[in-house]
Amino acid sequence: MADKKHKLLEVKGLTMDFGGLRAVDSVSLEVHEGEIAALIGPNGAGKTTFFNCVTGIYNPTKGDILLHPKGLETRRLNGLKPNKVTEMGLARTFQNIRLFPDMTVLENVMIGRHCRTKAGIFRAILRDKGVREEEQLIVESSYQLLEKVGLEDFANEFSKNLPYGAQRRLEIARAMATDPFLLLLDEPAAGMNPQETADLDQLIRKISEEEKIAILLIEHDMKLVMHISNPIYVMEYGKKIAEGSPQEIKDNPKVVEAYLGEETDA
Amino acid sequence: MLQNLKQSLIVSLWFVFLTFPLMVIRVNTMDQVVVWRWMNMLWVALASFILSYLWRYMLTRQQMRKAVAEEGGETRSKLQLLLEDMSFRYKAMGVLLLAALIFPQVFDTYQSTIMISALIYVVLGLGLNISVGLAGLLDLGYVAFFGVGAYSYALLNHHFDLGFWITLPIGGIIGCLFGVVLGFPILRLRGDYLAIVTLGFGMIFKVVMENWSSLSFGPSGIANIDKPSFFGMDLSLADSTIYIYYIMIALVIFTILVTNRLKNSRIGRAWIAMREDEIACVAMGIDMARTKLSAYALGAFWAGMVGVLFASKTTFINPASFTFMESAIILSIVVLGGMGSILGVILGAFILILLPEYMRAFSEYRMLAFGAAMVIMMIFRPQGIISNLRQTYQYKGLKGKTNNG
Amino acid sequence: MEYFLELFFGGLTRGSIYALIALGYTMVYGIIQLINFAHGEIYMIGAFVALIVAGVCTIYGLSGISILILAAIIAVIYASAYGYTLEKVAYRPLRGAPRLSPLISAIGMSIFLQNYVLLAQTPDFLPFPRLIPDFAFMEPVAHIIGSPELVILVTTMVTMILLTLLIKKTKVGKAMRATQQDMDMARLVGVNVDRIISLTFIIGSALAAIGGVLVASYIGQVNFYIGFLAGVKAFTAAVLGGIGSIPGAVLGGLVLGWAESFAAGYISSDYEDVFTFGLLVLILTLRPAGILGKARKQKV
Repeated sequence: MADKKHKLLEVKGLTMDFGGLRAVDSVSLEVHEGEIAALIGPNGAGKTTFFNCVTGIYNPTKGDILLHPKGLETRRLNGLKPNKVTEMGLARTFQNIRLFPDMTVLENVMIGRHCRTKAGIFRAILRDKGVREEEQLIVESSYQLLEKVGLEDFANEFSKNLPYGAQRRLEIARAMATDPFLLLLDEPAAGMNPQETADLDQLIRKISEEEKIAILLIEHDMKLVMHISNPIYVMEYGKKIAEGSPQEIKDNPKVVEAYLGEETDA
Repeated sequence: MLQNLKQSLIVSLWFVFLTFPLMVIRVNTMDQVVVWRWMNMLWVALASFILSYLWRYMLTRQQMRKAVAEEGGETRSKLQLLLEDMSFRYKAMGVLLLAALIFPQVFDTYQSTIMISALIYVVLGLGLNISVGLAGLLDLGYVAFFGVGAYSYALLNHHFDLGFWITLPIGGIIGCLFGVVLGFPILRLRGDYLAIVTLGFGMIFKVVMENWSSLSFGPSGIANIDKPSFFGMDLSLADSTIYIYYIMIALVIFTILVTNRLKNSRIGRAWIAMREDEIACVAMGIDMARTKLSAYALGAFWAGMVGVLFASKTTFINPASFTFMESAIILSIVVLGGMGSILGVILGAFILILLPEYMRAFSEYRMLAFGAAMVIMMIFRPQGIISNLRQTYQYKGLKGKTNNG
Repeated sequence: MEYFLELFFGGLTRGSIYALIALGYTMVYGIIQLINFAHGEIYMIGAFVALIVAGVCTIYGLSGISILILAAIIAVIYASAYGYTLEKVAYRPLRGAPRLSPLISAIGMSIFLQNYVLLAQTPDFLPFPRLIPDFAFMEPVAHIIGSPELVILVTTMVTMILLTLLIKKTKVGKAMRATQQDMDMARLVGVNVDRIISLTFIIGSALAAIGGVLVASYIGQVNFYIGFLAGVKAFTAAVLGGIGSIPGAVLGGLVLGWAESFAAGYISSDYEDVFTFGLLVLILTLRPAGILGKARKQKV
């Protein structure tokens, strides 16, 4: 069934070396339209490094990262700057929350609109009608995103004053503001209580179904992963050791071994 | 209580020891005399005793405030709340503008001269505020752009007889160009390296101006620079001061208007985001190089422009006006006033320039106080006197129009 | 050839002083990633204290190299005390604050200390008593390298050897290296990180003071402003060698010393400082990690 869907992201043999250390070792992975894919693995398996390569923060040592936007030609992401990757329609969140603490919640999301708007310096000074309209559009669409993630009541709070779970949701809203067709979430449930995790589960599904954004997520919460994602990719020591549906992953002896003593709820 | 007493006593003894050679002994190796100033020891002991109490009190207070903030409580001062009230802001602005306009009619030329230099620092502060306060790029050589503007006017006036009004924008643009040219090599640098390199630029500018005599007339500087012309009329000294004062007021208003618009624009938000977290910022699709350059160049623009005015006001410039100390003063204006806060920077400039001017006894200690103020502000009130006002927006939400990009 | 040798030794002398000061920058940066902007002022205070001690002694009729040693010891004690206090007052409360905060605090401290000395003492240059005698055995080569240069070279070399031994061989040195690599980890294994940071400031300041005393007695004068330029140049040296690296600081200091000496000798001395800063800009843009430094990957 997966074959019929449009392939959005295609990573082939991605390898990343730091000095003598191979953090990611020829990992291949695909994300298709409409999918919620997951990348799991023990701590230090190289998952975040993989994300950093895909989003342009690191330039990978080897391999290809190909983006196939629908209706547009394929782009190779290797060596592109992070902002170019985002412009291409691939947005991300961070494992250790990276909000703009001294900006309000709404402004955090408005930053996400930056690459989709164009008022330059001179027009910002002149503030003509077009600029004012664009500004208003930025505000409206950002506010609507806050409504979608349930943060509209906090719109004018400084983001540093938000509770932890809300900060994670704000990161998602900010990433969505860049109009991505693929969203990379790095441990979105980390540090959340069960109720917040349940809400997150809902939110991710909603983004996938209503917004038609494909998702690739790194997560340690196995309950969440097994519940929402398919396919699942498993990494250990920089290598991909398994891929498949939740059931296949659960039954895979290699995965069980990798997680032995790591996660008990897997 | 006793614990506190003991601690302060130790601190005070420590500082007596620390300052002993420099505060007590004054040796003049030229005339071979030693002066022992034992009284100073007493003063140091007393001052450090009291200050250590104050220091600890402030630290606990700050911790309490942090706790309140974490609980989600109100940490903004009454003043802050008042300033966020728009109608109050408009009224206050009206009063201030009126006061500014009648100032030279009420006070004498001397007062106007002082006010002009304070206003020059307001513009410099607002300009530096773009790169330091908004974009978080610590620039320690900002005075170089000021110098570039001043020299642009002095040289263009000297060689080509260009007037003030035509050079005013040219000065700004040349400052801007220097900003871009110097900005390119430092784009990749992290914050603290950037500070040192800009410091280097500032010093290079001064050394070059001192030594490249064929261009800059060396350390002796350039004299007889034209004052601004007023429809071709010759003005008396008093009149021309008043005239420059009004030009300066107009320039300040123009600066406030433009920087405020920039701050609340798409570009301004990108600057602030860059200051807050570079990696998150670039991951949101913002081009770092362009954003950094624009902040650096726009900051330089104001310095270049007000440099032209400075040259025309003093009618004489030399490299000695553009030392690191000037950059440090401008930086303390921004830090003291409140990084990113336009109102704060204006207030900071007035406090830092006018206070030493009107308290002559204090003026000797002014750099000492500036230095101390920078440390104290960073520790106890990093947001400055007036922290950045929170921007709120009008929106309708999903019930309104659903134009979703 | 003789001119070349003269410049060579001049550069070596100059460079070894830069290296001494650069060590303080590099050690502090390595441990808390802060450009200790006030480091140059510590150097100046060291020189000034030495001037006061030496001045008082000569006025009361004492003289000779033993007075220089006494002055140096007291200068080292005081500079260390200032460095320790500096860290405690201006930097410690700012740990964990945004990166610019401690840097601005450091700039504030630098301005404060300069003006403190200016007000407590004098804005004028004061002559430093001549305490280094002309050694008889140096006479044949005196036109290339003089006795003061010899004293500087020997002192810096001994100091650096002692420092290396301290860092490589002692328990404290081990703790310092551990803290530099990973502060949290060091804390976990029982290193008192606060003490190590204080100690780093004390050692760095002591080295700067030695540099200050040597320069003061070599150049023969001192004022409140000498720390600024020396500080910036030493920082350049530290960056040149690779900030955070101790051999890098030494190498950077020497390279900078030679570069300045030869540029001044063969090209022009007017633009000496421009040359230094040009070098700094060039290094930072082309190879920010310096000659011996390793590029640090930023953690995301």
